[in-house]
Amino acid sequence: MTFINYASREINCKIVYYGPGLCGKTTNLQWIYDRTGAAAKGKLISLATETERTLFFDFLPLELGTIRGFKTRFHLYTVPGQVFYDASRKLILKGVDGVIFVADSQEARMDANVESVRNLRDNLKLQGYDLMTIPYVLQLNKRDIPGAVPVPAMLKALRVKNEDYFEAVAPKGTGVFETLKGAARQVLISLRKAS
Amino acid sequence: MPMADSVMYSEQLGQLNGVLSRLRSHANARAAFLIDRNGQQIASTGEDLEAMDATALASLTAGNVASTDAIAKLIGEREFFALVHEGEKDNLHISLVNSRIIMVILFDERSSLGLVRLRVRQNNPDLVEIFEVIEQRHAQEVALAGANASPFAEITDDDIDSLFS
Repeated sequence: MTFINYASREINCKIVYYGPGLCGKTTNLQWIYDRTGAAAKGKLISLATETERTLFFDFLPLELGTIRGFKTRFHLYTVPGQVFYDASRKLILKGVDGVIFVADSQEARMDANVESVRNLRDNLKLQGYDLMTIPYVLQLNKRDIPGAVPVPAMLKALRVKNEDYFEAVAPKGTGVFETLKGAARQVLISLRKAS
Repeated sequence: MPMADSVMYSEQLGQLNGVLSRLRSHANARAAFLIDRNGQQIASTGEDLEAMDATALASLTAGNVASTDAIAKLIGEREFFALVHEGEKDNLHISLVNSRIIMVILFDERSSLGLVRLRVRQNNPDLVEIFEVIEQRHAQEVALAGANASPFAEITDDDIDSLFS
């Protein structure tokens, strides 16, 4: 749910990175944080376990610039990917404006990818959203690993509505900003349609 | 479909700030914040606000409320109306203004939990009323202006591209 503040002339949107455990959601946020100027970003908050697995969420506020005289702010969140944190994932989807699904290109994680898309669809529904209509992009992460599942096979298994997809290697930054831009663009376009 | 159904206007923001300032003063509190349940900061007043990361505070508070709300349901409660966090020097009182808005009061030894609770209870109806006015005003503007009510109705691809240039 976008928040338009006429008093401070700001618009705030929420984008959530979703995907199975260890697929690279936090790494995406870390790269964005590292490569964004201090004036455009807030603090990167990570609620993580001692072993640096996301426990509740990561959060990064980002200011992209001005549109129609309004400062445009995106609040980026990740969900905890591990299966047993489902209650937390549901909460983080509250008020979401757009979703980035981060898929792991390893053959061994394909089942986890498929299960996580199903879980996203169910959890969105619980919050009153429909995966088929919400702004949504797919990121195929870890494209540099040996034996990565070919792109056509990943799309066949994971693409739900012919959504835009981006190949990525998050620790090197490949495809990270492109994915975010793809999602932000859809959120802003949906705002035009919804208003 | 996400809807731009959460808005704030200058006039009502002024009124909210007025109530918050009064509440903070009467409660001897360090700071007071209004936050929406999705983690957006709405209004704030208090000491050393510049030193505080209000964006992070809003996001973490909303996460905190969402999580305790889920716990409430697990034990058969509809929701917890208030949460209190006690620190060595500073304390937080977090409460629900209405179904969408959270109030956070930061206080130290100059105040007490009882006083903060009392002042929150006394001032809450005024806040509820102002948020009702905001909702009514927004609904009226949408009804009158339809698709042109939003400044983003005519957003262009060039506008969007300019954000990423």
